[in-house]
Amino acid sequence: MLKVLWLQSGGCGGCTQSLLCAEPRPLFDELRDAGIDFLWHPALSVESGDEALGILEACADGRQAFDVLCIEGAMLRGPNGSGKFHLMAGDGRPLTDWVARLAARARWVFAIGSCTAYGGLSATTPGNPLEACGLQYDGDTPGGLLGAAFRSAGGLPVVNIAGCPTHPGWIVDTLEKLALDGLSAADLDEVGRPLLYADQLVHHGCARNEYYEFKASAEKHSDLGCLMENLGCKGTQAHADCNLRPWNGNGSCLKGGFACIACTEPGFESPGHAFQETPKLAGIPIGLPTDMPKAWFVALAALSKSATPKRVRDNAVADHPVVRPAVRKQGK
Amino acid sequence: MTRIQLGPFNRVEGDLEVSLDVEAGQIAAARVNSPLFRGFEQVLVGRLAEDALAIVPRICGICSVAQSAAAASALAELAGVTPPPNGVLARQLIQATENLADHLTHFYLFFMPDFARPAYAGRPWYDELAARFTATRGTAGGPMLQARARFFNLIGFLAGRWPHTLALQPGGSTKALSAAERIRVLALLREFRAFVEGTLLGDSLEAFAAVDSWGQMQAWAAGRPGDFPLFLRAATDLGLERLGRATDRFLSYGAYGLFPAGLWRPEQGLATLDAGRITEDTRHAWLADGQPLPPAAGETVVNAEKADAYTWCKAPRYAGQVVETGALARQLVAGQALASDLVARHGGSVTARVSARMIELATVLPAMEQWVRAIVPGEPFCLPAPLPESGEGIGLVEAARGSLGHWLSIRRGRIERYQIIAPTTWNFSPRDRDATPGPLEQALIGLPAGDGAPPTVQHVVRSFDPCMVCTVH
Repeated sequence: MLKVLWLQSGGCGGCTQSLLCAEPRPLFDELRDAGIDFLWHPALSVESGDEALGILEACADGRQAFDVLCIEGAMLRGPNGSGKFHLMAGDGRPLTDWVARLAARARWVFAIGSCTAYGGLSATTPGNPLEACGLQYDGDTPGGLLGAAFRSAGGLPVVNIAGCPTHPGWIVDTLEKLALDGLSAADLDEVGRPLLYADQLVHHGCARNEYYEFKASAEKHSDLGCLMENLGCKGTQAHADCNLRPWNGNGSCLKGGFACIACTEPGFESPGHAFQETPKLAGIPIGLPTDMPKAWFVALAALSKSATPKRVRDNAVADHPVVRPAVRKQGK
Repeated sequence: MTRIQLGPFNRVEGDLEVSLDVEAGQIAAARVNSPLFRGFEQVLVGRLAEDALAIVPRICGICSVAQSAAAASALAELAGVTPPPNGVLARQLIQATENLADHLTHFYLFFMPDFARPAYAGRPWYDELAARFTATRGTAGGPMLQARARFFNLIGFLAGRWPHTLALQPGGSTKALSAAERIRVLALLREFRAFVEGTLLGDSLEAFAAVDSWGQMQAWAAGRPGDFPLFLRAATDLGLERLGRATDRFLSYGAYGLFPAGLWRPEQGLATLDAGRITEDTRHAWLADGQPLPPAAGETVVNAEKADAYTWCKAPRYAGQVVETGALARQLVAGQALASDLVARHGGSVTARVSARMIELATVLPAMEQWVRAIVPGEPFCLPAPLPESGEGIGLVEAARGSLGHWLSIRRGRIERYQIIAPTTWNFSPRDRDATPGPLEQALIGLPAGDGAPPTVQHVVRSFDPCMVCTVH
C-alpha cells in the first residue's frame, strides 16, 4: 500500500472537501483498491490528540515509514519568523517545523492546492505580514519553505497539485499514477504541476467555444457569450483540464456562468485588475492567449466578428438561447 | 488539578486545541484555542469591492457558498438591488445544497467515528455501529460519499463547481438554469432523498419531520433500520441528551425564507434580532485590546505576545451575552416542535444538536423540490448591480453550522473595512473581558476527562460541528 500522510495549514480545507467529491466511485473505495491508504488525515482519521501526535512523531523521526506527504494550505512563517501564526495543536511547535521534518522523511511531497504550492491568498496582504509562502515557491519564484534545491527521497521536487480548490481527479490520478508506475520530473511542468491535468488549457472543451470563435462576447453576468473580452476570463491562459474533466458531475466555472480566474496559476490571487473584468488597452484585451501572436489574434477577431451569425450574436447577450440553430429540410 | 491539552482535535474543519483543567476526573474549566491565524480581513482591505466575491469563498472550504452569499448580500445592500425571483431561488438552492451536504459530512465523517472507539466495546450497539462508522473503513463511508458527491452535482448545474464558485452575485446568479437542466436537478434531489430516507433516517422525510417530542422520537427509533436511529440508540444509552449544555441562548439570522431570524432564550422565548447589539471582544485573543466593538467598527490587529491570550478567535457577544448558533438555534427560533421539546428537557445537548441537523434534512429537502419547480426557465436569474463609490453593507446568512455575518465598508470603490463573524467564532469563542467563557467552554464543564474517561468530550466538541478555518478568518 502507498501510505499517505496529510496535514493542513494556512488554507481553507477546501481541497479536502473537493477531494471527497471524487466520482464516480466513492473516494475511500477508489483509493483503497488502487493500493493507496491514508496513514493519517486530519479530517478523516479517528486518531485525535496524543494518538495523532504519536503517529506524526513516529513519521518525523523515521520509526514509521510513509510514502507521500500531502500538505494542504500555505506555510505561515510569521510573525517575525516564529511560525506562531500556526502552531500544531496539542504540541505547540510551528507547523512549518513539522512540515520541514516530515518532508525530509517523505518519499514524495505533494502540495495540495495553490496556497500550498505558491502561497495563495494568505500571501497577498500588502507586506505579507503572515510571511506566507508555498512549500517550494513564493508565487512563481522557486524557494518557499523547503527551498529551490529540495528533493524528496524519491528524487522529485514538490509536486504542485495547484488549483483553488484542486479538482478531486487531479489528486486521485496523481496518486494513482504514482502507485502504478511512479512519477518523474518529465511528469511535471515548469512550475511543478502534474502534466496529467496541466498540459491542457481551461479553454479546451469550453462549452462557450462557438462564442469564442466568433468573438461574440457576454456583456453582463449570466449572458451566454464568451467571457474573455469583458468579464475577465483567463481560460485561454490557465493550465488545467476543467472543461474536459467536469466538476461536480457536469460543471465548470464557465458552465456556471463566471470567468476562469486562472486559479491553478502562481499569483492568480493578485491579478492586478478586477477578477470579473477584462483589462484592455485601446479596446483590446491585454491577456491574450499566450502562444498566439497578438497581431494575428486582432486580425482574426476582426474577421470573425464580421462573420458572426445572428444566432450567435443574439444568444451571446441573453441568458438563454433566443435563436435556435436552423433546421434544414432534407435534401437542401 | 491537572491540565490536559487536547490537540490536534481532528475531524473538525481546521485546527483546534482544547485545554482542560481536570479535578477528580471532571472538567473544572475549559479553554478553546484556535491555533491558526489566517488574516482574511486584512487580505480584503484595499481590494476592489467586487473582488470580495472571489476572495471570501476561499475563507472556508466547507462553507464557501455561505461566505459567497454573505458577501453577495452585503454588496446587494450597497447596490440597492434585489435579485429576480429565479436568482433568489437559485441562491437558496445553492446554499441549501451546501448546508445539507455539510450536515451529512458532519454526521458520517466527523461525528460518528468516535462511537466506534474501542472504549465502547461491549455496549449493546457497539458491533453494529463500529461496522458502519469506523473511520474510512466502515460500511457507511462508501454509500455516504457517493450520495454526497451526487448531491453536489446540483451545484455543478447551478453554480459550476463546489467549493469556490463565483455564481452568487449581488444581482442574482450567473447561471441561468435551462429547462432541460431543471429536470436533471429535480432528479438529483430525488436521488438524495432516496439516500436520506433509505440509509440515514429509515423513514420518509415527512414522517420524521412529524416527530414532535423526545418520547415520540424514542419510539420512532426503536428497532428502526437507519444510521440516525442507530445513533439515537447509542446516544440514549450514553445519556447524550443530557450532556453538552452551553448557555441555552440561541441566535439565528434566518435562512431561505423558510426559517425566521431571531434570538431564543428559555425564559423569554423568542425575541426580535437586532444586529446592532452584536459586539466582538478581543480580551483573550492574540489581537490588540480595546473596548468591545460592533463589527461595523471592528479592528483585527495582531498582538502575538499578549499575556492572558490563548486563541486567535475573538469573542462575539449579543447584547453582552454568550449565545450559541447552528442548526439547533435555527430550529428553535423557527419554533420546530422536536427541537423545542429537546431543549425544554435538557437544554442544548449533543442529541439535540445532532437531531436538529436531521430535522433540517427532513424539512429543507422538500422545500428544495418546491424551489426547483418554482424556477421559470427563460426568466432572468441576474440583474445588473452597479456599486456606489462609497457606502456600507451587511450580509447576514446561515451557514450549516450557524450564523455568518459580513460587515463591509467601501470608499472610492475599494474595501476600507471588512469584518466577519463566523458561526464557530460564536460557538468556540474564548472568555470575554468579564471572564465569561464561550459556549463550548461552558458545555464542557463537569464532563469526565483524564485517564480512563469515556470519549464524552469528543462527542460534545464535535456536536457543534466546528469550522475553525472560518473562525480564524
